[in-house]
Amino acid sequence: MTIRSVLIANRGEIAVRIIKAAKALGIRTVQVHSAADADMLAVRLADEAIDIGSPAPKKSYLNIEAVIAAAKASGVDAVHPGYGFLSENGDFADAVEAAGMIFIGPSGDAIRMLGDKVAARQVAAKAGVPTVPGSDGRVAGLDEARALAATTGFPVMIKAAAGGGGRGIRIVADITELEQQFPLASAEALAAFGDGGLYMEKVITRARHVEVQIFGDGQNFVHFFERECSLQRRRQKVWEEAPAFLLPATVRERLCGSAVALAREVGYRGAGTVEYLYDDETGDFYFIEVNTRIQVEHPVTEMITGFDLVQEMFKVAGGTALSVSQGDIRASGHAIECRINAEDPFKAFQPSPGTITKLSVPEGEGIRFDTMLYEGYTIPPFYDSLLGKLIVHAETRDACLAKLGLALQALAIEGVPTTVPLHLALARDARVANGLFHTRFLEHWLDNDFAALAGRTQEVA
Amino acid sequence: MSKLEIKSPLPGTFYRASSPDVPVFKADGDAVSATDTIGLIEVMKTFQQIPAGLDGKNIKFLVDNEEPVMAGQVIAEVEE
Repeated sequence: MTIRSVLIANRGEIAVRIIKAAKALGIRTVQVHSAADADMLAVRLADEAIDIGSPAPKKSYLNIEAVIAAAKASGVDAVHPGYGFLSENGDFADAVEAAGMIFIGPSGDAIRMLGDKVAARQVAAKAGVPTVPGSDGRVAGLDEARALAATTGFPVMIKAAAGGGGRGIRIVADITELEQQFPLASAEALAAFGDGGLYMEKVITRARHVEVQIFGDGQNFVHFFERECSLQRRRQKVWEEAPAFLLPATVRERLCGSAVALAREVGYRGAGTVEYLYDDETGDFYFIEVNTRIQVEHPVTEMITGFDLVQEMFKVAGGTALSVSQGDIRASGHAIECRINAEDPFKAFQPSPGTITKLSVPEGEGIRFDTMLYEGYTIPPFYDSLLGKLIVHAETRDACLAKLGLALQALAIEGVPTTVPLHLALARDARVANGLFHTRFLEHWLDNDFAALAGRTQEVA
Repeated sequence: MSKLEIKSPLPGTFYRASSPDVPVFKADGDAVSATDTIGLIEVMKTFQQIPAGLDGKNIKFLVDNEEPVMAGQVIAEVEE
């Protein structure tokens, strides 16, 4: 492999995760950090650390010139972008390559194409992947929007072509709302993204979010099965599982096969995720988007398949052919990941930066905690609230839920409020145990069931 | 005439307006009442409104737009 040293252009738990994978492969690590992150765990673990600017992300982790300058100064062979920040910025990928280094991810062109919602939808359709009924591309204007809604039926979602992360989305229930919202959505998209382009999709009311982990080396393409990520709050995932239980075997085969077809269609290189909506009443699934990076929830896939996806990213980016073929990849047992955030679930999820006074992590077979924390660490207020991810693996889903409950009780993070009580309550909820949830389940559950369940949890604990 | 201090209840990034293309909540020299919003603090990617918390006149900001602040840091002073 050609990669001997890497610069990690990220922070928090994913930076720690990347450093561990690099060390396992004998790769030298250089960690960039903002002025607010000088004492973060990744800085302590890396072979070298470079301060790239002030706390505001746009002045440090989002500053392409500063990151490239640090990479050049440290003489690394490669740059790993993690997730978020510059990970899906095609111009950054190009800038890394132009500076003579390897970008650990797909090409800038692939990132741009798959990042454009309209182009991605078109490429999915070309690969034979079902897409949500809606526009074939950008909707030219209100007349076309009206005609389209007449064929798909309401409710309809209006989305910004250049949007992402749940931003720039409006749901309209009838023709009057469509006529009111369409021009506003276009103006907002223009203001937010510099591109007023819109597209439209039918709303699948009771859907699950299911996604497939794909991997390619530009020539060979495989999947590492799927994940179920329906438990979301404000369109942010809070709990993920692998595999997507209750998915019929025939549907799983078609779903994963379609994701590989999409990877092949674009000659994909690196780790990626193809996201779908799955309607469990009809068995239909529909393409939503491709994430051209490693994802927060990748550990559940690693737990059921036994592969280290971040190490695989390094190998493929270094020019090594994919080390596995589809037949080598088997799923075994069940895994669940809980995202532990510095937020108070009893106070409307108020963010809670502060100093960690005690940290005690559960250990044992099938238990993993990916984190940025150590005792005495002060969480800065400038970045997202993810502190770590507790991942549990067991033979069956029931055994996994039971093990998760014990692991959550054994996880002690003191000094700041966290979302651990939320996860404990979810782990004990009968509907969660029966898998009776969908993408809008959690917000409703938080309003109606959380307080009572959490109260019981505290008595037990 | 004594000076009163308006302190940040949270650590984070201070913003004087709700977006870059709208006027600031309060300009130097303005009078404030307790419920007036004087700015926003971005903490872990969420935005919280910061009320003046007291009545006063001739506000003077000690923190610039988009500057990091600590909990308890004085954001502005007003006259009684």
